[in-house]
This record gives sequence, C-alpha cells and structure tokens, in this order.
Amino acid sequence: MPELPFHTAGPYVAAAYIVFVALILLYVAIMAGKLSRIERELGELTELAAARRSGRDDVRSEEE
Amino acid sequence: MYGKRLRGLALTTAALLTLTLLAVFFWAPNDRTEGFLQKIFYVHVPMAIITLSGFIAGGVLAIQHLRTGESRWDLRSYVAIHISLVFGVGVLVTGSIWAKAAWGHWWVWSEPTLVSFLLVMLLYATYQPLRFAIEDPERQARAASVFAIVAGVFVPICFTIVRLSTAYVHPRTLDNISGNLPGRMQLVFWMAIGSVFLLWLLLWRYEMASKHTSAQLRRLRQLLSEDDEALPPLRRSAAPTVEHAGIAGR
Repeated sequence: MPELPFHTAGPYVAAAYIVFVALILLYVAIMAGKLSRIERELGELTELAAARRSGRDDVRSEEE
Repeated sequence: MYGKRLRGLALTTAALLTLTLLAVFFWAPNDRTEGFLQKIFYVHVPMAIITLSGFIAGGVLAIQHLRTGESRWDLRSYVAIHISLVFGVGVLVTGSIWAKAAWGHWWVWSEPTLVSFLLVMLLYATYQPLRFAIEDPERQARAASVFAIVAGVFVPICFTIVRLSTAYVHPRTLDNISGNLPGRMQLVFWMAIGSVFLLWLLLWRYEMASKHTSAQLRRLRQLLSEDDEALPPLRRSAAPTVEHAGIAGR
C-alpha cells in the first residue's frame, strides 16, 4: 500500500481520535445524567427526613 | 465501595492518556509503509484488545456468579460486558475509518479479522435483549451468566481460528510486537494498551459506584418511608436489580 501524504491521512487520523474522545464524552454525559437523578432523589429524601423530624419535634413539644 | 480511590484512578488515567497521546503524535516514528495514517493503530488496536479482554472478563465474572450464587458477580459481569460493548463500537468506527483510508472502502467483507470482530459484537448485542426477555431476576442472572461464559469462550476461539486461517490482509499486531515493531512504537503501543485499560477500569468502577449509590438511595427511601410503606416496584430492566445483587456486596 502506498504511503498516504500527511494532508490526506491527517483527516482520517483526526476522525479516529475524535471518535475515541467523543465516546468518552458521551459516557461522561450519560454519567452526568445519572448523577443529576441521584442528586434529585437525595434532595427529596432530605426533605422527607426533615419533614419527619419536624413532625417528631411537634409531637414532643405537645407532650411537654 | 467502588467510589473509593476513584479520584486517584481518574487522575492516573487522565495523566497516562495525555502522555500516550503526546507520545503517539510527537515521539513515535511514522510507519514506513502507511506513514502518518498508522497513528490510528494506537487507538484502534488497544481498544480492540481491551474490548475482547473485557468480554472474556465478563465470562470469568459470570463463572464466579454461577459458582458462588452471589448476584453481585452477575452485576460485575453485566457492567464489564456493557463497557466492552461501548468500546467495541469505537473499535468498529475507528477500524472503518482506517479501512477507508488504507483500502478505499469503509468495510471489507473478505477481511477475516473485521468480520470476526463484527460477529463477536453481534453476538454480544444479543446479551441485553436476552436479559430483558427474562423477567424473573434469578433466572435472568443465571441465563445471562451462561451466555457470558459461552460467548467469553467463543471470543479467543474465534480469533485463534482467524489467525490460523489463510490470506492475511490485516496487520498482525501481536506478531509485529514480537517481530518487526520498532522499540519506540512498541513502547507507545504498550502505553496505549495501559491507558485504554485504565479507562475501561475507570468506567467500570464509575458504573458500579453509580449502581450502588442508586441502590443505597432506594434503601434509604425505604427506611425513611412510613411504616411498612411499600416502594413502587422496579421497572423491568436488562440490568441486574442492585437490591437483588446486594448492596453490601463489594
């Protein structure tokens, strides 16, 4: 196979490495989506825990 | 915990990847026959090797699952195959780009290495639908493990047969390592394998950490819920249910 000149081979090499980087970035984007879902759920649970705690405090103050 | 030491692994991976890319473009010499185009070799071949090794690792982890009956091994096997499939897509695309530049065609059906890799990818493409088709988690895990073992055995057999077969058009990477791959190229090639392996490991641990965190959140929700309040059932999924896999399993 004859050696391709740099200006012909360059775009192919760039394309291959861009595919590699794009795959990594795609994965990072998917993980970012998962992280934001976990963050949202954690926020809901924090609110739930806070609501339960304030409910317990109300009962305690009524008992006193 | 899978999240433990993740930061160190991520930094090491980023450092080695950067170093490898610098070495590929500024230190490794151009190939005498392919010239600059041969630089694709340093991303395509390591990804292919790590993809196939990941499939085999999925089979080994599945053996552990069938041997011990612990579902966490099924989860590990599932994630290994899942990450390898992502890498495999990269191998097919970069291989097509290389083929177009070198041979003038995006795909060459008469080339045994290309076709055998495609066969392996098509085989593993049925893994997730297989899992999804089985509703019962226990049965799903068992069937998936059997599949992962059989397919994991198929991978080396397939590539050994291709290597022993006739007309070679595809470059023989491992022959080149032992034979005529010059010192610098060889070193950069091993660096590339190391960095792609670290990347695979990093993504595997990320995925495992994410699945365990989700499971722990669900457990926390259960604990915080009102007495005996049932959680909504999990959606049917091809992924192992992490409660089933056991969040205590590390």
